[in-house]
Amino acid sequence: MFELIQKLFGKDSSSSKDIAKERLRLVLVHDRVNVSPQFMEVLKDDMIRVISNYMDINEKDMEVSLTNSKSSVALIANIPVNRMKRGMYNQD
Amino acid sequence: MGEVIVITSGKGGVGKTTTTANIGTGFALLGKKVVLVDADIGLRNLDVVMGLENRIVYDLVDVTDGNCRLKQALIRDKRYETLYLLPAAQTRDKNAVNPDQMKQLCQELAQDFDYVIIDCPAGIEQGFRNAIAGADRAIIVTTPEVSAVRDADRIIGLLESEGKHNPKLIVNRIRPLMVKKGDMMDIDDIIEILAVDLLGIIPEDEYIVISTNRGEPAVASPVSLASTAYKNIVGRLMGENIPLMTLETNDGFFERLKRVFRF
Repeated sequence: MFELIQKLFGKDSSSSKDIAKERLRLVLVHDRVNVSPQFMEVLKDDMIRVISNYMDINEKDMEVSLTNSKSSVALIANIPVNRMKRGMYNQD
Repeated sequence: MGEVIVITSGKGGVGKTTTTANIGTGFALLGKKVVLVDADIGLRNLDVVMGLENRIVYDLVDVTDGNCRLKQALIRDKRYETLYLLPAAQTRDKNAVNPDQMKQLCQELAQDFDYVIIDCPAGIEQGFRNAIAGADRAIIVTTPEVSAVRDADRIIGLLESEGKHNPKLIVNRIRPLMVKKGDMMDIDDIIEILAVDLLGIIPEDEYIVISTNRGEPAVASPVSLASTAYKNIVGRLMGENIPLMTLETNDGFFERLKRVFRF
């Protein structure tokens, strides 16, 4: 009931414009570094291929994403390692 | 040498064609020699918005294919002495023309006209590349919606990568009451997100529907808000310093009366 009265007087607490702005901000971070979901998948596959030369990793729990901090974009990868590969470990 | 201006947006349905028709007619009303080029090959629209659909003989692809001379394809608008239209082909697709041909066409037109205004198709593929190829400057049309603003951002990036810098933005279909309630992004929000210069704002106006029904650009009518908004934009494009229109949110009976009688 209170909500209804608020709406009647145009005082909806979370204005939809702010939601729109925030969603746009986030979506543009990804757009502006030219990253599509497919791009991220390809990047992830390449990373797996390279890293697997050195260690066994848990591909299922691996997370790769782009994050935005103020004006810069960072690539964050969280890759659980199951085991180091001995051959590579002992190399000079 | 005239100036070649492309009207683009990325997203469809935000008002590119209406904007092209109104800006072009606005220039013509001031005595400038203008040609409107419909670059949306396969989805011809500018002709019906301008009310010139019954006068088409040749089209843009006929010109680039060499089936006719450029002058034969230009339709002169009988209402405005200095306004011409180069219609798009309806039975061909976007690959019927390439960017080099468009560049050449624009150069040729710019020799005879003060302004060459190109109506760009929606999307970012070949049709977009064709439309922007010969442009000296770009105008981006958007609406206060997440999808349209997102696409505008993408277009700004693509224009930049093609060497077309400093595009100007038109925010179309603003609804002052919704902005006031906080349910529509306002101009400052959009400018902050896109970081481009604002060329003008156009309020949502039913008169646009009426004028499009009739095939008479709204800018020629003295009574509509959108008409004033387009006139202001034309003035700014010609270097005049015109302040943004204030959008009244009071929609009472008296306000409507005032608008009708313009006092």
